[in-house]
Amino acid sequence: MPLLEISELSVDFKTGSGQFRAVDGVSLTVDRGEILAIVGESGSGKSVAMLAVMGLLPWTATVTAKTLAFDGRDLLTLSPRERRKLVGKDMAMIFQEPMSSLNPCFTVGYQIGESLKVHLGLTKSERRQRSIELLNAVGIPDPERRLSAFPHQLSGGMSQRVMIAMALACRPKLIIADEPTTALDVTIQAQILELLVSLQRETDTGLVLITHDMGVVAETAERVSVHYAGQKIEEQPVGPLFSDPHHPYTAALLAALPERAKGKHLPSIPGVVPGQFDRPPACLFEPRCRFATDRCRTKVPPRQGAIAGFALCHYPLTHGRPIGHPNPEGREVAA
Amino acid sequence: MISFIIRRVLLVIPTFVAIAFLTFVAIRLVPGDPVEARTGERGISPERLAYFRHELGLDQPVWKQFLDYLWQIAHGDFGTSISTQTPILTEFTTLFPATLELATCAMLFATILGIPAGVIAATRRGTFVDYTLMGAALTGFSMPIFWWGLLLILFFSVDLGLTPVSGRIDLLYYFEPVTGFMLIDSWLSGEEGAFASAVSHLILPTIVLGTIPLATIARMTRSAMLEILGEDYVRTARAKGLSPFRVVGIHALRNALIPVVTVIGLQVGALMAGAVLTEYIFSWPGIGSWLIESIQRRDYPVLQGGILLVSGIVILINIFVDLLYGVLNPRIRHAR
Repeated sequence: MPLLEISELSVDFKTGSGQFRAVDGVSLTVDRGEILAIVGESGSGKSVAMLAVMGLLPWTATVTAKTLAFDGRDLLTLSPRERRKLVGKDMAMIFQEPMSSLNPCFTVGYQIGESLKVHLGLTKSERRQRSIELLNAVGIPDPERRLSAFPHQLSGGMSQRVMIAMALACRPKLIIADEPTTALDVTIQAQILELLVSLQRETDTGLVLITHDMGVVAETAERVSVHYAGQKIEEQPVGPLFSDPHHPYTAALLAALPERAKGKHLPSIPGVVPGQFDRPPACLFEPRCRFATDRCRTKVPPRQGAIAGFALCHYPLTHGRPIGHPNPEGREVAA
Repeated sequence: MISFIIRRVLLVIPTFVAIAFLTFVAIRLVPGDPVEARTGERGISPERLAYFRHELGLDQPVWKQFLDYLWQIAHGDFGTSISTQTPILTEFTTLFPATLELATCAMLFATILGIPAGVIAATRRGTFVDYTLMGAALTGFSMPIFWWGLLLILFFSVDLGLTPVSGRIDLLYYFEPVTGFMLIDSWLSGEEGAFASAVSHLILPTIVLGTIPLATIARMTRSAMLEILGEDYVRTARAKGLSPFRVVGIHALRNALIPVVTVIGLQVGALMAGAVLTEYIFSWPGIGSWLIESIQRRDYPVLQGGILLVSGIVILINIFVDLLYGVLNPRIRHAR
């Protein structure tokens, strides 16, 4: 049984101009001790899907799913109170903006100790003890003194270390890291990522790493799920994904990596992710896809099997060539 | 910290001079002077008039009167009342506890109800509860004190006979003031029913004076909370699996209190203005009634000294609020 099992998760937002589907039929599993990367552009619904798992979406969101189970428990039927016993204890989340994710009015010690008190009922001295341990584990020097520091006295990297310490506080089974390094200096990014992965290995927790950075994916993940406009469009282990992407979007994303650029210009994917009003009727990637045909415009693409990386595509690629496509060379799409 | 307080207190001096100047000029712009106000319609011979004016120093050029007055104030002498011949400081310290008692109760009333009302409205944003609370706040905010006071008297005192119309306590009770605060003194006196009487006298004035601050605090709390509830750290708090009470009441409210405390501080000034009206309506023997009477009598020293003392207290409270800021907001505490 996987640690986290999501099937056909959809999230709709009520907006002033009607319903907007941010997550559309996403299925995922995460095992204990595994690192799953969720990749996609901004607006691909990757964060929203994980916020739905944590139960952190605003009231304007409606979550529907066939299965949403964590550690054998059905999250959909749990009462809010029962769910809060899991959240922050067995599953924890780290956010993108460490500086604004810590409460400016409370000390680091208070904020780390809070979940220890609420979930584990530790006494004041036990909490202090454990907080020092945690700060040590995340590589913060002089932890005793840091406990009484306020967030504004910490740098971005330090804040993210504190966030990680907070997430680890109750020894969770699953950590969801939502772009944990995006807001940090490049020099700090690698450190934080390394820290996260080494702690994950030590404690055998499952880790969901949400990112748009393919470099981060290549370095850390074991399995990769690629998302586009709210849908999961491909899922593969990290090696095969980089060597043989099956969905044209994944291929285009990888081709856009600077280290893979062949010419003087970086290749890019023309167009933008569709929004609420310009959602294509069939394949969502079709307007930006160089292999798109009339079939892609009219017929919703099928989910391919494991061999084709579960790609959501009429013509999944194999070694860069679309299978069964009338014109395998594709066309140039105007940027 | 200490240097901060000293700096703030030194900054008070120019404010004081400005206030003294404004009241000094304003009261002299009103037709009539203390001598004329006392002689009344019967009139007085020009020689006597000139004599009394000379006695009071009113025949001096205004600028010289003002400088003399400043000199006097600088020596801590607020002068004596023309009509009662009592030192102003003595009158002030006798009457001020009544105003302070009323203002404190009004502020407590406003804060204790206003903050929860704002929090509830913010967490139930866009619902019936929110609209009701904010509609009530807007109504309260727009209510003229005079009209609101009379309305309450009419309903609770006249129609229902639940509360007394005026004063601080029933005339039945008499005891020597100890603290000057009727609630405390009546309690200490041990006389049966005295405390209840003092409370019942306080209820309506407290509501009347507290309504505008209550509405302001509720609206400010709501908007501050709405902003804070969207912050990343509130999401972090929820991601810890904390109860809604902890998330809203501790993580969000603590941050939302920073702007709310500013508003409470600013309300203190408005409260003093409101106290003048409220005391007048309820014949509350405090600073407000004293100042209004001093205007009618053209009692220059009382008006000047009284306003100066009241503003001093408002300024002191604002300094205290600034200090409270530091307690609430660690970023400010460390910047000092």
